Amino acid sequence: MKKSVYSICGMCTVRCPIRVESQDNRITWIEGNPHLLGGALCAKGTAGEALRNDSQRPQQPLIRVGARGQGRWREASWDEALDYVAGKLGSIKSAHGPESVVLSSRGGPWQAMYKAFIHAYGSPNYTNHDCTCGRNTHHASLSINGVGRKGFAYDIKNAKHLVLFGRDMFSALRIAENHQTLDMLDKGGRLTYVDVRQTMTGTKATRFFQVRPGTDYALALTVIQQVIEKGYYDKDFIDRYVTGFDELCSFVKEYTPAWAAKECNVKEKDIIAFVEEIGEDRPNVIFHPGWNLARYKDSFYSSRAMHILNVLMGNIEMKGGLFIPKGAGDCGKKGIRSIDCGKPDIKRGDGVGWEYTHFDKGPGLAHLFFNNMLKEKPYPIKAWIAMRHDPFSGMPDPEQQKLAMDKCDLLVSMDTNYSEFGWYSDVILPESTYLERDTPIIQQKGLKPRLTLRRKTVEPKYDTLSSFEIFTRLADRLGLQETFPFKTIEELWAWQLEPTGYTMADFDEKGFVELTDSPIFYDHDKLEEQFKTPSGKIEIVSEKLEKAGLPSLKPFETPEAPEKGMFRLIYGKIAVHTQGHTTNNPMLSELMPTNTVWIHTKQAKKLGVQSGDLLELSSTDKSYNATAAAHVTDHVHPEAVFTVHGFGKEIPRQTRSFMAGISDQKLMVGKLDDWDQAGGGVNLCEVFVHVKKSIRNTTRRLEL
Amino acid sequence: MKKYMIHLNTRRCIACHGCEVHCKANKNLPVGPFLCDISCTPLKKVGGVPKTEITFSTCRHCEDPLCVPVCPTDAMVQREDGIVYIDQEKCIGCLACQTACPWDIPVQNPDDGKAVKCDLCMDRIDAGLKPACIAKCTTHALKLVTLEPA
Repeated sequence: MKKSVYSICGMCTVRCPIRVESQDNRITWIEGNPHLLGGALCAKGTAGEALRNDSQRPQQPLIRVGARGQGRWREASWDEALDYVAGKLGSIKSAHGPESVVLSSRGGPWQAMYKAFIHAYGSPNYTNHDCTCGRNTHHASLSINGVGRKGFAYDIKNAKHLVLFGRDMFSALRIAENHQTLDMLDKGGRLTYVDVRQTMTGTKATRFFQVRPGTDYALALTVIQQVIEKGYYDKDFIDRYVTGFDELCSFVKEYTPAWAAKECNVKEKDIIAFVEEIGEDRPNVIFHPGWNLARYKDSFYSSRAMHILNVLMGNIEMKGGLFIPKGAGDCGKKGIRSIDCGKPDIKRGDGVGWEYTHFDKGPGLAHLFFNNMLKEKPYPIKAWIAMRHDPFSGMPDPEQQKLAMDKCDLLVSMDTNYSEFGWYSDVILPESTYLERDTPIIQQKGLKPRLTLRRKTVEPKYDTLSSFEIFTRLADRLGLQETFPFKTIEELWAWQLEPTGYTMADFDEKGFVELTDSPIFYDHDKLEEQFKTPSGKIEIVSEKLEKAGLPSLKPFETPEAPEKGMFRLIYGKIAVHTQGHTTNNPMLSELMPTNTVWIHTKQAKKLGVQSGDLLELSSTDKSYNATAAAHVTDHVHPEAVFTVHGFGKEIPRQTRSFMAGISDQKLMVGKLDDWDQAGGGVNLCEVFVHVKKSIRNTTRRLEL
Repeated sequence: MKKYMIHLNTRRCIACHGCEVHCKANKNLPVGPFLCDISCTPLKKVGGVPKTEITFSTCRHCEDPLCVPVCPTDAMVQREDGIVYIDQEKCIGCLACQTACPWDIPVQNPDDGKAVKCDLCMDRIDAGLKPACIAKCTTHALKLVTLEPA
């Protein structure tokens, strides 16, 4: 039987809208939703079919029989595996209290369900991956605008100039956003790209700054200084909505282009020319405040500087600027209901909310659990449930994490793939692929908000369940039916849609329900209610930060230089892989089976290395090392080596990616404790590694 | 008469290699053969920005294809509209076509040993659809151009 179903891609966390054709339960075609993307889809999106057909993913629940990480499993039925997990969770609750269980996920629009589960169980310890992703940007936005990073979206298409500090958007591939950027460039718009190396995004730029690693903040400060000095800012907007402007003016005075040119290793005249372009293009200049800015010790302040630059442009809530995403209420409509359960009034195990009071309490900060777990402070943690989150691949120093995890009586991995954490865990509950599962309905905010959902396009190939089914069945066993009363997803959908007046049939035509016909903008001159800061204004000087003993305007500190024989490790993305979880995909691994090490031509010459020769990279303490081929180029800063994240996996059942390439996070020994006290993010680029030519570059032939 | 050409707008192409995978998935190809290819020249500074030139290559569907007459089983066929395709029933996998082609376009499918090459997704074209690489191009950089007599 032929079928066509609208759904949402799940190959990466962008979640592009898709349409999937199948015949007799076999996928025949996946494309971007024609109504939103005109069919456009990336390589990863098409490789969803290969994910579904992959035999190298868990095919039924698995319970560990050997030692942790040994890779000895027995296959179990769902009833047996869920009984096992529920039984353990029950005994842990009676012996140690419900707060001794942590649930971590990858965030996203369905996290409410995971959060509700752990809250209903009685634990406040929901966390996610964001300490290694957007926390610094999120907290930077909160400190200035009073709303988080998702409190603004970007009308790039209508901008005249987009400025990206290391945001490699043509590798991240948010397809709709990419279309906007290319449309802007087609219309003659400008793109300025700042990075320590050249990327595909940078090749599309009209201006490129290859900066010294760790100096984004310096460049942003001098741009602020120049914008103020030249008067290229919106005085009315600042008078009306902003506090702390005078403090900003006196703070940036010393950060001249000549100073920044030296710090950043760029040319003074290029900075001045760039500022002139801003002067011409304002107010339609968008400074993207970053996404994965868990990088340097001052990334939080870099992001703040980028937010401040947008404020100086006065580009908020206007065409070609930043806008506040609108929801059902803005369309005069009632919103959907969602599964929810309030957070238990217990101290979090990561210290957020009581030890650290200036952070958003929502998901806390995952990396702060580990030391507390080792010290059993403020209480012991006895179980960790990772929902589609792979802390061992996403966070530094998995060996250190394992010491903390060894304090647990139960480690559960819910994932479509084997993850490095899953391989170490006690129970793997395999989730159906995104092509094989239904999810709750979600609201996507924007200028034109809509309701949408992921639909089952084909039946599961293996004995797997959707996350809704896994959580509902676990909740049943744990007596949490009050929060999870729905027996089927259809019951849940009906309850979600009840206040809205829509029915499931309304999703058939396009895969989504649009809540408005035309884009909604608030009045640019009446934004008073929109900034949720203590003063109700955009705060350049934040009382909350100052109270926590943190400066709002932090002087720039020159980054440390690597010692002899060492380089700063920089990681990044590539268009054909998603973080850690596609490196074993049959189609994508063929495109890129391993990673390389980018090294500057001059440095390579010193090491006697040419492109293709093997380099050996070791952690500072030499407890981890791996080899990969050198990629010799002029377009990476000489202090840095670069590698694509997600490789160096050690899961034998994933034969395509097993031991392929270098793992950046395994090189980050001791780096769980190197984090941004102001922004909360882990400093993933404050890492130095030993680099030398590998002995494995042999030219001799000894064997017959 | 050659009717179709694929054009790459290199200003929009981001070398994401989507086309290669869209093609392989649509043709159900195993690991090994690719029927189209995106390649980038090494970075070179132009006006202060390191740039790359991106090329999309696949079968040219030549007006006078060398692969057609050389095929011993008449498996290589040129259609009225210029599309050159392989009749899989007739192909014996001798790869004479690959030798004849100046660009080594036909490749062997390890699943059945037969030759495969781009057929411009003629089944899709005949159904009024675009070839897979074009239909799903991430940035709408690939276009199907219909040639008309001057």
